[in-house]
This record gives sequence, structure tokens and C-alpha cells, in this order.
Amino acid sequence: MKMEREVLAKPAVAPLEVARLRQDFPILGERINGRRLVYLDNAATTQKPQSVIDTIASYYRHDNANVHRGVHALSQRATDAYEAARANVMRFVNARAPEEVVFTRGTTDAINLVAQSFARPQLREGDEVLVSAMEHHSNIVPWQLVCQQTGAALRVAPIDDAGDLIVDAYAALLGPRTKLVAVTHVSNALGSIVPLARVVALARAAGIPVLVDGAQAIAHMPVDVQALDCDFYAFSGHKILGPTGIGILYGKASRLEAMPPYQGGGDMIRSVTFERTVYNDLPYKFEAGTPNIAGAIGLGAALDYMRGVGVEAIDAHERALLADATARLAAIPGLRIIGTARDKAGIVSFTLEGVHAHDVGTILDHEGIAIRAGHHCAMPVMAQFGVAGTARASFALYNTHDEIDALVAGVERVRRMFR
Amino acid sequence: MSGDLRDLYQEVIFDHYKRPRNRGALDAATHRAEGHNPLCGDQVTIYLDVDDGVVKDVRFEGAGCAIATASASLMTEALKGRTVEAVEALFRRFHDLVTDDNAKASPDLGKLEVLAGVREFPARVKCATLAWHTLNAALRNRHEPVSTE
Repeated sequence: MKMEREVLAKPAVAPLEVARLRQDFPILGERINGRRLVYLDNAATTQKPQSVIDTIASYYRHDNANVHRGVHALSQRATDAYEAARANVMRFVNARAPEEVVFTRGTTDAINLVAQSFARPQLREGDEVLVSAMEHHSNIVPWQLVCQQTGAALRVAPIDDAGDLIVDAYAALLGPRTKLVAVTHVSNALGSIVPLARVVALARAAGIPVLVDGAQAIAHMPVDVQALDCDFYAFSGHKILGPTGIGILYGKASRLEAMPPYQGGGDMIRSVTFERTVYNDLPYKFEAGTPNIAGAIGLGAALDYMRGVGVEAIDAHERALLADATARLAAIPGLRIIGTARDKAGIVSFTLEGVHAHDVGTILDHEGIAIRAGHHCAMPVMAQFGVAGTARASFALYNTHDEIDALVAGVERVRRMFR
Repeated sequence: MSGDLRDLYQEVIFDHYKRPRNRGALDAATHRAEGHNPLCGDQVTIYLDVDDGVVKDVRFEGAGCAIATASASLMTEALKGRTVEAVEALFRRFHDLVTDDNAKASPDLGKLEVLAGVREFPARVKCATLAWHTLNAALRNRHEPVSTE
């Protein structure tokens, strides 16, 4: 039960020195429409510290070569750095071995890998894949595709009006036909934290494997895949201060071993003849083609940065920002917060009476404040709350209470304009 | 409010957003089409009553943000009594108005000129053109919903 936040919140952690660490992020010095950038769209992507930018540039300047093949010095350096990044990810999420860490293009790619390599070969007509009602499209559509391919059915565990998973209803949907549970760790549209300890334990008791979409959790709270005891955990580099185009699929070695390759090509084979191909070992079996080497190395630098700041201190800081923003936004007349789950990460979705989210977004942008407006690739969630879209502010380690002042003032201004 | 934000959110736009003209279904419609903007989920339905090549009546349902709703409302006001050829010419002029920095003002556009400010907000051009693209589909009696993407 290491993942329960109540437990983690107990040991006091030193507060973040936000003013100092903001200087590590050069983009935060940008001016937008003549105003200081207030970047509150971290659930879409996070900004990158100088160390990540430098690591990627240095790789291309000094070490660039293809991995796992050359006998020359640069190829060895590139391979060493690429594999060091894998070991770094392993430590960051507490996987048992580097073989359990597969580099992908991102969370979406990782989920599609599991859908096609793990689920597709075993799903039969009448089988079921169970997701929650608060999934991002990327944890819905890959399962719809595999259901169409196999005749299996997609089942949806409901959420309540606060945006909490209804765990009893979820438990009732677990049955002999359920072949996989695919659930988010944190809802990108609502901020709800799914009680994974219970969700995984219930599935485990029924012998059902679990995939967790960790895209919105990885940069914001400690993640320990062994404590979670999930079978798969997927996340993206760009949401944890790293580059785009790189992501991670953690999988239990026993699961990955049993799966056929996802894509065919170079690097994923041991030997090839026209009669027969022998696949490579884990994790290379799932890494066909030249990988995103610089991306993996950049992600490693991002994880080093996160570790240096301290994930628990980041978690505490963002929870304080969330509490501040929630209280002050909720006090604005006509503002409705969408997503009031008991346990939330640093995401505030809201609607403003009589004002469309896109108008909120445009007017805030004019003040230099970047938020997301729309359906957040979670249209079923929007439908459940009866809205076409919301405005969403989402926090990261470098955000400040001053920036929440700016957000609140900006929303007040929108309200005055539309009065 | 700085200059260009005021250019986008003019009083006429707020007026048509809060009190849209010609909103609702048109039972006597000879032409009808649906459009949607997948970026935000906004939807609009345009109804036309065309008699002898002339737009007798036009109404809309749906829309969304201030720009999309005001644009649909202003469009319906501008179309009544025009021939289909004149409507198509107006569509081209309007499209230039909201996308082309060098577009010349045309007296034909009338009140539609208030939407020229959209040019400075590329992310919002589709909000302003959604109703117009849907109108275009309705005139061609296309039954597939129109998408701004």
C-alpha cells in the first residue's frame, strides 16, 4: 500500500525552492503578448530544464551513432548512454530489471503495443476488456480496435458526479470474461487519482492483468510499479520534463516474455533467414528499428532532474497549488469546477457560465496565461458532465502561487467581459 | 483590454452571442447540413429555404463559442433575400476577410466586417468559418456532416 497518498503525505518534506528551480527552465522567461508567460498547460506537455536540452544537444554534438551494432567508439558511447537511460527508468519506477523497460514513442504507442501484442492474440468473442469512464481517448480507442479485431467487448467502469471511480461497480464488472483491465492512474480531464491499490488488488484476486496509463501521474507523484503490482505501466517522456517522441512501457518480464513482437524490423531479431526469424531477447524484441536514442537519453536527464528536486516535494508543492487554485476559482460566481474527486492531482477543469472554454482560453492567452480549452481527448468524460468542453489549468513543479493569482484575475476579467 | 483582443471581441459579437438571431430549426427547409469542429466539439446545423434561386429564410441551431455563435447569427442576417450566386460570392469574400491579411474591405460584407479581427487569432478562424462551411454544404445538399478539420 506504498502508493496511498495519505501515507506518503505524512513524512514532512522540505518545501521546493521554486524561484530557484524556475531558472532551470529557460522557456519560463518567454514573454507572450508582452506579458510574462504563465504556463498552466502541464497536463498537455511539460517544459524542459536546461539539463535536458543540454544533454540532447551534447549527445548530437559528441556521441551520435546508431546503437547495438557498430564496433566503433561512437556507437559504443551511444549504446552505453541509451542503456543507461533504460536503467535510469528502471530505478525511477522501481522495475525489477532493465528488460522490463521498453522504449516506445509515448504512452499511446505503449498502450497500442499491449493491445496488439498482449490482448489481441488471446481475446476471443465474448471476452471483455474493462476500462474506466474517465479514460483519455488513447486508453479507449486501442481497445476498441482490438475488440473489433477479435469480437471481444469493451466494458466501462462508471465514475460518480465528483469524478471518482465507483469501485463497487468496477468490482462487479470483473468476471470470468474479463481478460484485461486498462485504467488511468490520474484523469487528464478531471485530475481524479484512481485508487490503484484497490483496483489492482481486485483484478489480481480474479486473476486479471492490469495496464495503468500513467501519463498524468509520472511527473507528479512517486510511482513504484512493484508496489502497484500492475502488469503494465505506460507513460510519456514529454510529460515528465523530457522530450516528445519517447515513452515507456513497463511490463512484468513474465508478461513481456510471453508476448509476440509488436513490429518487425532491425534490432528486434537475433537471426533472420527467409525461412525463419529468431526474435531478440527482452526488451529489444519490442524495439524494432533505430530507436529514439536522443529522446531516451533526454528522458534519462529529465528523471535525474526530477530525482534531484525530489518527487515527494513536487507532489506536496503541487497539492498546495491545487488547493489554492480550487478554493479561489470556486469562489468566482458562475464558475463550476468539473472534477471534485476525493483525491486529486494538480489539474483543475472548470466551466464559466455563459462563456465557452475557447473564449476563456483566448482571453487568458492574451494575458500570457497558457491553459487548455476543449474536450481534452476525453469526450466521454465531457458527455458525463454534460459539457462540450472545459477550461483546464494543470500544474507542474515550477508553478507558483503568483501564477494562480494571475489565473484567477484572468478568469475574473473574462467574466467581466462577458457580463 | 489591449487593441487586438478588442478587435476580436467587439460589441456586435457579444450582442449576437448573447442574443443570436434566427436561431432554431426551420420546418420548411429545402436545404440542411450539419457541421462540427472536432477541436472543441462544437456543432451547428444550418437550415435554408431556397425558392427560385433566392434564399427566403435561413436559421441555425447549435454553434458554441462567442465567435462561432456570433458568426452564425450574423451570417443568417446577411443571407436573406440574396440569390444563391450572391451567397456563394459572399462566402468567398467572407473567407478572404477572416484569412487573408491583404483582403480589401467590401461594402457587400456589411456587419460581417466585425469578424475581420479573427485573422490575428489563427486558432479561432475555424470558429468563424464553421457556419459558412456548413452553409456551403447545405447549398450542395451534402448529407455527410462537414468538419473544419
